[in-house]
Amino acid sequence: MFDDRSPIYRQIADRIKADVLSEALKGDEQVMSTNQYAAFYRINPATAAKAFQQLVEEGVLYKKRGIGMFVSPDARDALRAERRENFFTDVVDPMVAQAKTVGIPLGDVIERIKQLEER
Amino acid sequence: MRIDVEGLVLRYGDVTALDGLTLSLEPGKIYGLLGRNGSGKTSLLSVLAGFRRQTAGDVRIDGRPVFENGSVTGRISLIRDTGETVDIGSAEDAIFFAEWLRPDWDGDYARSLLDLFGIDPKKNVKEMSKGQRSAVGVVIGLAGRAPLTMFDESYLGMDAPSRQAFYDALLADYIAHPRTIVLSTHLIEEVSSLFEEVVIIDRGRLVVHEESQALLSRGTAVTGPTAQVDAFTAGLTVLGARQLGPTKSAMLYGDLDDARRGEAAASGLELGPIDLQDLFIHLTGGSGTSGAEAPPAAELRTGETR
Repeated sequence: MFDDRSPIYRQIADRIKADVLSEALKGDEQVMSTNQYAAFYRINPATAAKAFQQLVEEGVLYKKRGIGMFVSPDARDALRAERRENFFTDVVDPMVAQAKTVGIPLGDVIERIKQLEER
Repeated sequence: MRIDVEGLVLRYGDVTALDGLTLSLEPGKIYGLLGRNGSGKTSLLSVLAGFRRQTAGDVRIDGRPVFENGSVTGRISLIRDTGETVDIGSAEDAIFFAEWLRPDWDGDYARSLLDLFGIDPKKNVKEMSKGQRSAVGVVIGLAGRAPLTMFDESYLGMDAPSRQAFYDALLADYIAHPRTIVLSTHLIEEVSSLFEEVVIIDRGRLVVHEESQALLSRGTAVTGPTAQVDAFTAGLTVLGARQLGPTKSAMLYGDLDDARRGEAAASGLELGPIDLQDLFIHLTGGSGTSGAEAPPAAELRTGETR
């Protein structure tokens, strides 16, 4: 929630979560190793490992001893549920606040949403 | 290799370079050794490598004393800031010499590194540019695969693409052959993501030894209206502050729990990370000359748990 403390962790975790949400990474699919992530992001392997550990604790990934990290079969559903739960506070509320700041009537915003839905 | 230093003192005549430094480093990690000019980085590395004998205190590598102990020093490599300056002939000769000196030497790797850095093996080291000499030093440091490998600003003379190639090579070779690596550097922003732990020394003493991600998590920039920032930071360790009209940004050092973070968000304050370079500057006394006022070391040393 207030996870602005470690940009590298967040980059890796967000990247993997985004891939899981978009199904670029599917359930039970193996993810790249911590060493491959470390080399790609030019970071210490221990830092990459910690990002993975965090994803394991959150249930996004699971570990097969001696083989590597895999996407949890229910990770996508769980992430979608979590994003749904936070959608209004994370996306809609700031949008409404922004609209008020710049002086867009909420009626116009609702109109726009309706237009997008009809497309 | 494991490093244990206790109460280390090094004096050159009237000058005290190391002033009772105590530090333990576990094997197999990449350490960043940071300090301002004259803080004692090179002195510490020289003692660890057995180049200098300490004035007082205890220095052990894998539990054994270092100075004039050939069984230990053969497994320690220190590449100095001047790169390969030994009057030894060509790069090829330097490599031949290193192979004879280093039990874990990898000749094929050394040749591929020379190629990577565009060094002509036949060229005399004395006739090389500073950058090329640095690169030869770096090649010897990497290909030596010493269980304790230390680079003391070794890559400072190299240009940006060569330094990038060095960081990539170092990381790849460390992953393939884990060992204890100590990097002392002024180019903090460039290298900091490679560190697993950070050691900051100032005036010959330890200021901070902490896991780099944990250290980074201890630094928080709090930005917002001056009165709110002041209210929020009262009683906390403030490393520095900047003012832009009615807006203030203060650098906090210390753990902020979620409750405090929530409080900040609720009062309209913005919280952001501080990078290692900024933390370093403020932990060692701000942007003035070395020896300026620094926060009390005892307050900062909470991370030293080993």
